[in-house]
Amino acid sequence: MKPRHLVPLLVFAALALLLGIGLGLNPRLVPSPLVGKPAPEFSLPRLEDPARRFERADLLGQVSLLNVWATWCAGCRDEHPLLVDLAQSGAVPIFGINYKDQYRPALDWLRRYGDPYVTSGYDAEGLAGLDFGVYGLPETFVIDPDGNIVYKHVGPLDHAALQERILPLIQRFEKQSG
Amino acid sequence: MKAFVLAFALLACALPATATVFEPREWSDERYRQRYHDLIEELRCLVCQNQSIADSDADLAADLRRIVYEMLERGESDEAITAYMIERYGSFVLYRPPLTPSTLALWAGPVLFAVLGGAILFVTLKRRRARGVARDLSAAERERAEHLIGGGP
Repeated sequence: MKPRHLVPLLVFAALALLLGIGLGLNPRLVPSPLVGKPAPEFSLPRLEDPARRFERADLLGQVSLLNVWATWCAGCRDEHPLLVDLAQSGAVPIFGINYKDQYRPALDWLRRYGDPYVTSGYDAEGLAGLDFGVYGLPETFVIDPDGNIVYKHVGPLDHAALQERILPLIQRFEKQSG
Repeated sequence: MKAFVLAFALLACALPATATVFEPREWSDERYRQRYHDLIEELRCLVCQNQSIADSDADLAADLRRIVYEMLERGESDEAITAYMIERYGSFVLYRPPLTPSTLALWAGPVLFAVLGGAILFVTLKRRRARGVARDLSAAERERAEHLIGGGP
């Protein structure tokens, strides 16, 4: 067999490899340009106490999670028990942004399924969400003590994402400060 | 065709009640209208990624159209509006992303394949000619061909 007869086979193999890798990727994951940058400024009324506000400054001083959620989002319901467990473990404070939701149902939701959040900002217009580049709920940001976004997770959190990516990051920052 | 379009339009209306329709009608300057339509055709909706925010019914697309409208009405430049989008969603929001190391393959790919394909075609044709594929038929072949097409003098 002449080597040049192997060319189509090699081309096919290269193409198959390339497409195979492509199949394994999730096209919905768009790398956020905000990772590595300071979290945007925001100021939202708190869901549980609208007279008070939840602002960017509240995130400073410790590593924290910022979870964007809504009652209309099925994935949020899926990840919710995990967030409740995480909050109970005391590993990291979790802040919420309640994105384009209705006030009453959102409060009821937290009452029914548990409230893992230190506080949730009520973002009815979704403007804070826009500044965070939110495009598919739920989304979770890891924010360092200086207010920088160090990681973004799109879609429901699961044990694997938590154990492999998010918790190690959090531990790294806790070691630095402690 | 008309019925099809109508059915489709009705279908679009039946989307979730949360879907907000945003279509600006009032313009302080008529020139904004054209710029608005040009801009929203160039911006990709991140929810349904193969649609522009002009085409998409997604909530997010409506929000982004509203932002484009409001920024235009504030007198912002097209560049400022695209910069606003890139800041939040990366150059992925542009159907024509800028040429950067990460988009090099995207821009150079088609040219590369065209050149490669052209080269292969050129070499193949040249070889074929060198081998003389288009030679005349021998007498025996001609006879056989005439027999096959069932004619002959």
